[in-house]
Amino acid sequence: MYTVSKRVNPVKRMYLLLEEWFTLSFGADWNPLYHLGTLTFFFFWVVLISGLYLFIFFDTSIAGAYASVEHMTHQQWYAGGVMRSLHRYASDAAVVTILLHMFREFALDRYRGFRWWSWLTGVPTLWFVITLGITGYWLVWDELGLYVAVLSSQLMDSLPVMSGSMARDFLAGQLTDRLFTLMGFLHLLGQPILLIFAVWLHVKRLSHVEVSAPRGLAVGSLLALLVLSLLAPATSHAPAELSKVPAVLHLDWFYLNVYPLLDQWPATRVWMLTTSVTLLLMLMPWLPPKKTGPAAEVHLDECNGCGQCAEDCPFDAISVQARSDDSRWENEVVVNPEQCAACGICVGSCHSSNPFRHAKKTLETGIDMPQFPIDEVRARTVAALDELSGDTRIMLFGCDNAADIDSLRSPDVAVLSLFCTGMIPPTLVEYAHRHGADGVFITGCRTGDCYFRLGNRWLDQRFAGRRKPALRQRAQRDRIRVYRAAETDTARLRRELAAFQRDMAALKQEASVPGTRGEAEIADA
Amino acid sequence: MHKILRYPLQALNYTLFMLLVWYFSAAPPYAQLQPDQAVITVAFSHAGERREECRQLSREELEKLPPNMRAPMDCPRERSPVKVQLLLDGELLLEEVARAPGLYSDLGVDIYRTAKVPAGKHTLSVQMNDNMRVEGPTYTHEQTVTLEPAQLLVVNFNSETGSFIIQ
Ligand code: HEM
Ligand code: SF4
Ligand code: SF4
Repeated sequence: MYTVSKRVNPVKRMYLLLEEWFTLSFGADWNPLYHLGTLTFFFFWVVLISGLYLFIFFDTSIAGAYASVEHMTHQQWYAGGVMRSLHRYASDAAVVTILLHMFREFALDRYRGFRWWSWLTGVPTLWFVITLGITGYWLVWDELGLYVAVLSSQLMDSLPVMSGSMARDFLAGQLTDRLFTLMGFLHLLGQPILLIFAVWLHVKRLSHVEVSAPRGLAVGSLLALLVLSLLAPATSHAPAELSKVPAVLHLDWFYLNVYPLLDQWPATRVWMLTTSVTLLLMLMPWLPPKKTGPAAEVHLDECNGCGQCAEDCPFDAISVQARSDDSRWENEVVVNPEQCAACGICVGSCHSSNPFRHAKKTLETGIDMPQFPIDEVRARTVAALDELSGDTRIMLFGCDNAADIDSLRSPDVAVLSLFCTGMIPPTLVEYAHRHGADGVFITGCRTGDCYFRLGNRWLDQRFAGRRKPALRQRAQRDRIRVYRAAETDTARLRRELAAFQRDMAALKQEASVPGTRGEAEIADA
Repeated sequence: MHKILRYPLQALNYTLFMLLVWYFSAAPPYAQLQPDQAVITVAFSHAGERREECRQLSREELEKLPPNMRAPMDCPRERSPVKVQLLLDGELLLEEVARAPGLYSDLGVDIYRTAKVPAGKHTLSVQMNDNMRVEGPTYTHEQTVTLEPAQLLVVNFNSETGSFIIQ
């Protein structure tokens, strides 16, 4: 059904198929793959609230822990039991969404280059989640809790930093109580605080980070968790007995998957494996590295310090500060090149990027990309339009990270690929209309997604007049179409473009009196 | 797709998601032990004997030393490795040779080893050598034990009394 471009690697293709399935089921707005971070946060909320409830009835002493959990599970199944199940299943669901989140960033090659920070900090965050789950299972103090405790002690013993033997003292009953109290403290306070800090670090280099999942997804997930909790309530193993080794364990594989390895391997080898995997994961952004283009540059002559670019930058790379030159403006902006992703979105944010300005000389704007300045964007738009020989002329803007638009070039269709369509100042669309385009067609990453996070969102808001710089009221919106497509969606994109061409041809025929359309004088902004 | 049609698809997705969560939250079960197995854990700490005997220093030797270090006995700090063997019904079940840790190999060792054995009645013998200057075991102990399935039997050693405790 689709003509798939050969360059798309199989992992990415698999991911895009999954994404398509979810868009079909949930629509683009609710596609869970676009909200894996916020869904994880949502599950954390469920874990936190159910955890607080459990804490009220939980006996934090080793003697009473098991009985208190049993009491909640059986005597209070309708409340404590449900809370316990929610606590367990939401924790497991969070691991699923985190793994999907990793898979997505990997499949879409969004873990290297300027994204190294997010990936690098993500890996320990995952470990913090896993260890939080491990101490949770310890606290039930059933056979599984004992298993976790004994094997964790063995793991700790094999570290050179520890002197003495935790595992031995543990078996002798000398450490059991103290460790239990420590685990209670870690699970209830220490680890959650560490996790919050890790997540904060993880998203530190991003702006406009959403924390709440779309309501539809939150309600759906909560309902699903509730149904599961009622149908299959979480239960305990038999109570822990130091003199026994449980033969069969119902492990939670999301959290305890490493432990069975200790049956086959010495603890040092298990550490070696987990450490190597962790290091390898953390090094992935450099295996091999990905180059990020030169950072955006500020041109103070054209900047009045309005701060729109700083507001729009998806990677928090622009800051507003007091003016350093003697102009009459109060503020200016500064780009932190370390954090700049070279997305060009700030160019689209700046009102000075209006291509109707400086018609006869180089178009300078307040913030620009040195490798593809707005002046060149304007020049290439005009040149591409000038080359067209067809009857209905379409200007097609796309981006370097979605469907390849080069193959769509034709005598009727001029194409220009940008870093991101968020780079488009709305005036550029009007400018293309003015320079002979019967229609302007914009494509780019799939709706709901954006390689540079926010480009699509800002473009839509600018066109809808909800964000500066806004597409002007008088712009001919019927001659603009936005249709977004990933690399594997080229056939659909082609169809949509053909439909747009037909529509534009019809429009052209309707407005058969020449010179009445789009010829209004457009003043400098 | 029409919004109404999406709801059954969403329900399907949630169901699959929850099935995944439910299944791996407690399955597949992990059998640590066969139903008729028990576990023996050897766990104790013990400091081996010194590798070399202490030696009375001669007068000449003492005079060569700075006055504040003139101890009449020279006791090298290095300790012997501790070698433990556990035999079940006469067959070797576990063997561990633990070197004395520490910068000068002068600290006690921690032994922690585990083995799975068939439940039932067994003769268990432990042999330990903690002195390089002695051939063969310096401590031995033999005991008949009856192991229930899933029982954990701990073999301990009390350095003060020099005796093994099996319980
Ligand atoms: C507790 C677990 C985690 C949470 C709550 C979390 C949350 C988030 C959030 C909210 C974002 C921002 C998404 C956006 O607004 O565009 C994000 C981005 C990202 N995360 Fe995570 N994450 C977690 C774990 C991980 C892990 C384990 C990895 C990989 C090892 C990872 C890699 C990334 C990457 C590469 C980005 C991309 C940032 C960008 O778009 O530039 N995350 N994460
Ligand atoms: S190019 Fe992108 S990342 Fe760099 S400053 Fe501009 S908006 Fe921010
Ligand atoms: S959007 Fe343009 S004018 Fe406004 S602060 Fe940024 S560079 Fe300056």
